[in-house]
Amino acid sequence: MSNYISHDHEHDGIDRRGFLKCMAWAGTGVLWTISGGVLVSKTLAEVAKTGSSLPTATDLSFLQISDSHIGFNKAANKDVTETFKIALDRINAMHTPPSFLIHTGDITQLSKPEEFDTFDQVLKSCRTKDVFYVPGEHDVLNDGGKMYRERYLKSVEGKGSGWYSFNKNGVHFIALVNVLDLQAGGLGQLGDEQLEWLEADVKDLGTSTPIVVFAHIPLWAIYPQWGWGTSDSERALGYLKRFGSVTVLNGHIHQVLQKVEGNVTFHTAMSTAFPQPAPGSAASPGPMNVPAEKLRSMLGLTSVQYKQGKTALAVVDSTLS
Amino acid sequence: MKTFITKIKITALLCGITGFSVMAVAGEMKDAGSSGAGQNKIEIKDFAFDPQAITVKSGEKITWINRDEEPHTVVSVEKQFKKSTALDTDQQFTITAGAPGTYTYFCSVHPKMTGTIVVVKP
Repeated sequence: MSNYISHDHEHDGIDRRGFLKCMAWAGTGVLWTISGGVLVSKTLAEVAKTGSSLPTATDLSFLQISDSHIGFNKAANKDVTETFKIALDRINAMHTPPSFLIHTGDITQLSKPEEFDTFDQVLKSCRTKDVFYVPGEHDVLNDGGKMYRERYLKSVEGKGSGWYSFNKNGVHFIALVNVLDLQAGGLGQLGDEQLEWLEADVKDLGTSTPIVVFAHIPLWAIYPQWGWGTSDSERALGYLKRFGSVTVLNGHIHQVLQKVEGNVTFHTAMSTAFPQPAPGSAASPGPMNVPAEKLRSMLGLTSVQYKQGKTALAVVDSTLS
Repeated sequence: MKTFITKIKITALLCGITGFSVMAVAGEMKDAGSSGAGQNKIEIKDFAFDPQAITVKSGEKITWINRDEEPHTVVSVEKQFKKSTALDTDQQFTITAGAPGTYTYFCSVHPKMTGTIVVVKP
């Protein structure tokens, strides 16, 4: 029923050379483990009821929502506004509310003002008020992201096409934009200006500073044939490899996938709107039609906890079923 | 419908004023099913342009129709013709082929999607 994947692990230290590769599929109920990992299995709804499962003594917890695609109305989900509301209800039901939300892009389906308006209106029901954004390609369709930036970068100091960083509880957060100025035949792209900014942004940070990077398109090559990757992400990760804990949170592919490589954990979130097929499993990455009773088990959100003294952040996905 | 006709006129007028005639004399988006689609049709389906390569004569119209549930665009790699706005499901976009030559284009939302137009003398 819950198709729930929970993941909480710590690495042994920054010298670890092992290459750990893990993949988790939302909706298939496959659980995976990694060296030293701890698996938990509960839905956020259950946690809200019992109040016992999510760690309460964490120093920082935040929540990732992604790919709400407000305005989409095709067979894969006729009412994406409703499923977005359900996701917010889940957040409101948490005993320990997250400190803030991050939205990893594709707020809207077609970058229309009325779609952004609907999103903003529905979001007002969320108890957690601080939200940090990165754009998806659907949010910047016709104006290079101007409308997106005007609406969603008010509380941060956005640079270039809208990238920025901030600190919370000793964790350094980096919001990257990889959906603009895309080149024919290519993938997601950060571009030289943003990469130079990133290098300077982390230059003076100590290696023990936990880093959280978020961007819409995955920063690892999941399936380049479908454009699921970022052409210059290696250079970005090069600037981050000296850090003991790097967590990379992405959206775009509407399913949970995870890879751990050295001290870097890559994680993609479910959508609140509709699922997409597993890499290469369909003719195209377009919206996947599933039986109505199954839809909510393939939508969800991601909770992230940071506990002082622990190396890795705990990343916990839960579905809307 | 009135608005649509006006938009076409404005587009044509603007193109005339700016001398925008390398390739497209008019590019306009409209819903599929309305009249005026040329014989050179390119379907956008499963994140691909079909046919991926097309040969047309100068002066002929080329029309793309999006059959996906995902928005796509038509953008000249070398900026040789007017780009489309994001096409939603069943929306279409038409240009008129200009000078002979090879024109490559892509979807700026999904840049893996590319296509080629070869324009020959009429």
